[in-house]
Amino acid sequence: MTVANTISRAEVGASPRRPPPAQESGAVHWLKKNLFSSPFNTAMTLLALWALFVTLPDVIAWAFLDAIWRTDDPAACRAAAGACWAVITEKHRVILFGTFPYEEHWRGTLAIVAIVGMAIISAFKRFWSAWLFGAWLAAIGIVLVLLLGGVFGLTPTGTHQWGGLPLTLLMFVGTVVGGMPAAVLLALGRRSSLPAIKALCVGFIEVVRGVPLITVLFMASLMFPLFMPEGMTIDKFLRAQIGMILFFAAYAAEIVRGGLQAIPRGQYEAADALGLSYRQKTGRIILPQALKIVLPALMNDIIRAFKNTTFVSIIGLFDVLGATATALEDPRWVLYAQEAYIFIFVLYFAFCYSMSKYSEHIERDLSKGRNL
Amino acid sequence: MKRTVIATGLAFAVSTGAPIAAHAGPTVDAVKARGAVVCGVNGNRAGFSALNSKGEWAGMDVDTCKAIAAAVLGDKDKVQFVKTTSQTRFTALQTSEIDVLTRNVTWTLSRDAKLGIDFVAPTFYDGQGFMVNKNTGAESVKDLNGATVCILPGSTSEKVASDVFRANGMSYTPVVIENKKELNTAFFGGRCDVHVQSTSGLSSARATVASNPEDYVILPGVHGKDPMGPAVRQGDAQWRDIVAWSVYAMMTAEELGVTSDNVDKMKSSDDAETARLLGTKGKLGETLGLDQDWAYRIVKQVGNYGEVFERNVGSGSPLKLARGINSLWTQGGLLYAPPFK
Repeated sequence: MTVANTISRAEVGASPRRPPPAQESGAVHWLKKNLFSSPFNTAMTLLALWALFVTLPDVIAWAFLDAIWRTDDPAACRAAAGACWAVITEKHRVILFGTFPYEEHWRGTLAIVAIVGMAIISAFKRFWSAWLFGAWLAAIGIVLVLLLGGVFGLTPTGTHQWGGLPLTLLMFVGTVVGGMPAAVLLALGRRSSLPAIKALCVGFIEVVRGVPLITVLFMASLMFPLFMPEGMTIDKFLRAQIGMILFFAAYAAEIVRGGLQAIPRGQYEAADALGLSYRQKTGRIILPQALKIVLPALMNDIIRAFKNTTFVSIIGLFDVLGATATALEDPRWVLYAQEAYIFIFVLYFAFCYSMSKYSEHIERDLSKGRNL
Repeated sequence: MKRTVIATGLAFAVSTGAPIAAHAGPTVDAVKARGAVVCGVNGNRAGFSALNSKGEWAGMDVDTCKAIAAAVLGDKDKVQFVKTTSQTRFTALQTSEIDVLTRNVTWTLSRDAKLGIDFVAPTFYDGQGFMVNKNTGAESVKDLNGATVCILPGSTSEKVASDVFRANGMSYTPVVIENKKELNTAFFGGRCDVHVQSTSGLSSARATVASNPEDYVILPGVHGKDPMGPAVRQGDAQWRDIVAWSVYAMMTAEELGVTSDNVDKMKSSDDAETARLLGTKGKLGETLGLDQDWAYRIVKQVGNYGEVFERNVGSGSPLKLARGINSLWTQGGLLYAPPFK
């Protein structure tokens, strides 16, 4: 109390915010600062405006004003000058669900909702706990039940009927959920003091990183069955999934290793000095810090894993892109491939952009404490 | 010892003329145990195998597969389709991932001999054709001297074009375009006089890409041979027979005038071959290791060859292909099924 009295003139706490000077705010200032800051920038801005002026009216006319939104008859599209969005209305079921039986599409929809919902929940830091991992396993179980059927009175639908967005999402989630633990183990193995384990991990990582993903998938879908005893086959989806996991694990392992190397030696030594076992040291001291460092890089790899799922159409699985290509073979609609691919672009952009924005956010969030 | 028993049995069977009870091959057993025929298809070829707007398989190859299922399992819907690419198609067959490859693969000697697979009963005869705009006035390939020709580089059509023009002592200017879609656009946009492609490809391009399909004509004459049909693994004679005769049953049904509509009435037909086909006479089904109604079910559930053709690639489809060489031998085509005896 007395202390407060002696410095009564001093302001305690932050002073109230005042608006910045007029020249430093407002639309005009923003324009000046961002678009007309130098003669070169001014020229570029004018050029861009001119380009927009020339192209935008045509784009708007094509995409909106003259476009056909709904029709069963492609002839109507042929007569129109604009885009034929009707192709998406007509083909969206094939694009989104591939060969999944038409009457069972609600199961595919629920699977998509389950995966996207879980992804949204996992984005919030307050839900990060061991429960979340359990929830993911449960969600994957539910998705598998939905897609496979055969129980609770659901019609059985084999993996050969899977397709579209559920397949893309499941393959992506399977890759990350299966690949992350494998990546951590590989990264730890690579730094192991046991020569055999080290050699095995180094060999695996280098071999898988040395070949393109498409080769891994071809190996999984073409060569691998030849090595199996005659008459025995492993499900194609599973083979592709394992191929994707191995590929993701090899790349992610190198990222994780980067994080392990960034941890100061003192952390290891301190853990050893406390008498922690290897398991405790790794699980409680090293990995939490290492993973925090490499999270942005990992997110980058995860986004790439999402886009890599399109490769499976080469081995005959109908991911969203593959299903679209097949849907567009319909001779009545073959002319409107552009519109359908724009739809696919928007779909992929929505997924990838939200992941990339999230990774940006989490990067900022995690580095908050670093420089204090 | 065993061999002598079989040999004696064989001699006995042959001498008495009794049918040898077909030994169930591994593929039929696997198919019956699974309750489904697994077929490898292209998946990206409209009219042969592609997805409709409901995500269901449709096409001629798909119907061939359904016919086999109808014969072996009694239900045309007991089928599974595996989409194969040109790289995976043969491996999928060799490794038993699929039971039969109904992918319109061209039957060639090297494929037949080298890959451990057998081609049976072509279901579609294709070849290269020449398409021109009607206003050029050309009526045969001999009128095409000095024409500009749109072709895909490195394709069969490129070779056929150069062969045909050389054989007739004519010159031409090739317009080489890498992408099939662009090739079609270029031709219908008037950048070249002649479009060379498989006749089925030309017809579908004309029906779907041309702004006015009536303006274009495919010149008479098919160049090169592309017999396409199902393929099976070598070493399972019974399965091979079932696949082949399922195809022949559809052709024979058309020959005898049996359609999916009148098949019930035709069952009481007096015609000996019709009766044998539909199983009211003789024991042809048992000889194949199937029941007597196998061919009846194919016709009833899937239809005869003509119905399948018209529905998928002919007048009932957007492709509007003419029967051409895919007519019955009785109508001047190449479809000739061995007799059902």
